[in-house]
Amino acid sequence: MTHPNRTLFTNARLIDPEAATETLGSLLIENGMIVADYDDAATADDSATVIDCAGKYLAPGIVDIGVKVCEPGERHKESFRTAGQAAAAGGVTTMVTRPDTDPTIDNPETLEFVIRRAREAAPVHVHPMAALTKAREGREMTEIGFLQDAGAVAFTDCDSVIVDTKVFSRALTYARSLGALVIAHPQEPILSKGAAVTSGKFASLRGLPAVTAMAERMGLDRDIALVEMTGARYHADQITTARALPALERAKANGLDITAGTSIHHLTLNALDVADYRTFFKIKPPLRGEEDRLAIAEAVASGLIDIISSMHTPQDEESKRLPFEEAASGAVALETFLPAAMRLIHADIIDLPTLWRAMSFNPASRLGLPSGRLNVGAPADLVLFDPNAPFVMDRTTLKSKSRNTPFDGQRMQGKVIATYVSGNKVYGT
Amino acid sequence: MTFPHRHLLGIEQLRPEEITTILDLAEEYVALNRGDKKHSDVLSGLTQINMFFENSTRTQASFELAGKRLGADVMNMAMQASSVKKGETLIDTALTLNAMHPDLLVVRHPHSGAVDLLAQKVNCAVLNAGDGRHEHPTQALLDGLTIRRAKGRLHRLSIAICGDIAHSRVARSNIMLLGKMENRIRLIGPPTLMPSGIEEFGVEVFDNMDEGLKDVDVVMMLRLQKERMDGGFIPSEREYYHRYGLDAEKLSHAKPDAIVMHPGPMNRGVEIDSDIADDINRSVIQEQVEMGVAVRMAAMDLLARNLKGTA
Repeated sequence: MTHPNRTLFTNARLIDPEAATETLGSLLIENGMIVADYDDAATADDSATVIDCAGKYLAPGIVDIGVKVCEPGERHKESFRTAGQAAAAGGVTTMVTRPDTDPTIDNPETLEFVIRRAREAAPVHVHPMAALTKAREGREMTEIGFLQDAGAVAFTDCDSVIVDTKVFSRALTYARSLGALVIAHPQEPILSKGAAVTSGKFASLRGLPAVTAMAERMGLDRDIALVEMTGARYHADQITTARALPALERAKANGLDITAGTSIHHLTLNALDVADYRTFFKIKPPLRGEEDRLAIAEAVASGLIDIISSMHTPQDEESKRLPFEEAASGAVALETFLPAAMRLIHADIIDLPTLWRAMSFNPASRLGLPSGRLNVGAPADLVLFDPNAPFVMDRTTLKSKSRNTPFDGQRMQGKVIATYVSGNKVYGT
Repeated sequence: MTFPHRHLLGIEQLRPEEITTILDLAEEYVALNRGDKKHSDVLSGLTQINMFFENSTRTQASFELAGKRLGADVMNMAMQASSVKKGETLIDTALTLNAMHPDLLVVRHPHSGAVDLLAQKVNCAVLNAGDGRHEHPTQALLDGLTIRRAKGRLHRLSIAICGDIAHSRVARSNIMLLGKMENRIRLIGPPTLMPSGIEEFGVEVFDNMDEGLKDVDVVMMLRLQKERMDGGFIPSEREYYHRYGLDAEKLSHAKPDAIVMHPGPMNRGVEIDSDIADDINRSVIQEQVEMGVAVRMAAMDLLARNLKGTA
């Protein structure tokens, strides 16, 4: 008699990002929780449903900070249902969603709507973020306390930089009193205004408005000073240039409560990929040079950069089929996140436990979520995958409503076999 | 004579021998244009649409005249006044155009890459008449033809391009064309008007006219847009003229037989002194306009031959 809520994964390569280990073993889950791991599980009774993983990899599901689901406002681009299905197919078991919707998620009522929609429609966990200032205009702070009570896990104006440092410092000070995490986009707003690409030879050849890579360091320097001043909990959404890294390293060494993220696209693509004005490669901040890409990948491997995000940003064809300057920024990435990340594994830049620290354990820890771990008592949010399985990316197969992926037609390696959220299979055969 | 291109989108895609092919054919059209019967029928029965999303008098007139002299049915569409304002996208415009069955489409657009985008969606040959800060291939070709006729060759010359390089599609196309033809290129201008990464273009960069113009064979001046003059990129018009305006004194550093070029329209007293602009011994600015028509006839002729070849 098998226990209906009991599953034993055998013969799996278990990636434990917290212990930084990769071991062949078993994992027992029951009622949505991990109840036994490694060798203990092997001795479990025969009442569990047994899944033979055939030597494939079993890891905590990805926790993705910064997913744009276009509800409310632009459901034709992405809904909680389609984003959730895309997440499940990509091994993302927790989506931490962005408030840069239309209208902005900047009040408890809108936040509650989003939470309700997510619960109804998404097969994965959803934790929403809320805006730090009303309508992301950088003038008045939102009701951070109410929003936190309603379930906001972090506060961010997304790619809209708060120009007024007085407003930003007060918002940081207020957020600190509530222990709220503030996520900012480190970018000097005036230098980067209107920019479509990173300045340099390629930008000049293509005649596109460009921003110097230095604008990121300038933005980060300012934010670090404000964090030092206010003592707030701060996360930089995307660090993408080598020149920003020493400042980040110093801030961490000085004991500030700072973490940093980067996007999977900045780790796997560079500015030249834009080629002949391919707007699917237009993202924010723009793709950087190859030296920057490598420096950022190294920083993830060393742990200086804590978190990798997909920065999933759905855009429909109408928003992208425009001259490059006018085209919308952003790329969908929930489903390509894992295979793209495998490029770093196959290039020997990083090992799987370290990669999973950045994709799962660190983002969960930063937000105080119990997931991202493989130990007993952790939620059974799991992804079973084959890091070597090759395929050619075909964007028409994507589950997202918008299919603006830069990886269309590219050879990739790494496939999700199955995804489990709280012990329930949400993807896989 | 082969010209294996469906469109003329930029100099970047052309090989040196293809540039020579266009210029050689353009020479024949110079002769035609100077004759009594300025007409040929090589584009007879074909429809040419000039689509200008940005104001232009000279380039549009040049393309129109070129098409008419070759016997095409030419239509001008002033796009800045029409459906663009109504929110029609470039793709919609392309689909509308396809239904009109044009054979040659001449496009100018204020955004870099917009002409490439349009070319992907239409069924006809597309000629780029200038896209943003990206390329203006027929201008570079007419400049090349003017230089070749004045200097007897289009290689191993020392050529200075002066002024607002950063915002200039003329500069980009010329840097590419003159580089492909193996000339020595010098860029002169204030550093605020130089594009980033310019040192990687295989050019020499100067911020001083006297040094930059030393012993050059050709001086190519660029137009300085009015909106860039007031404090944003340069302190003032008069300081710009003082430091970068081409006058007899600055020109004296170039070779004694150096020619002076300008894509027009000129800002006399800003980037160029009137005495220089009108000096028939130095200035080839009028010749450039004449070569413009011939080069555009040649380019359209070559693209039309490919159309017939595939039909």
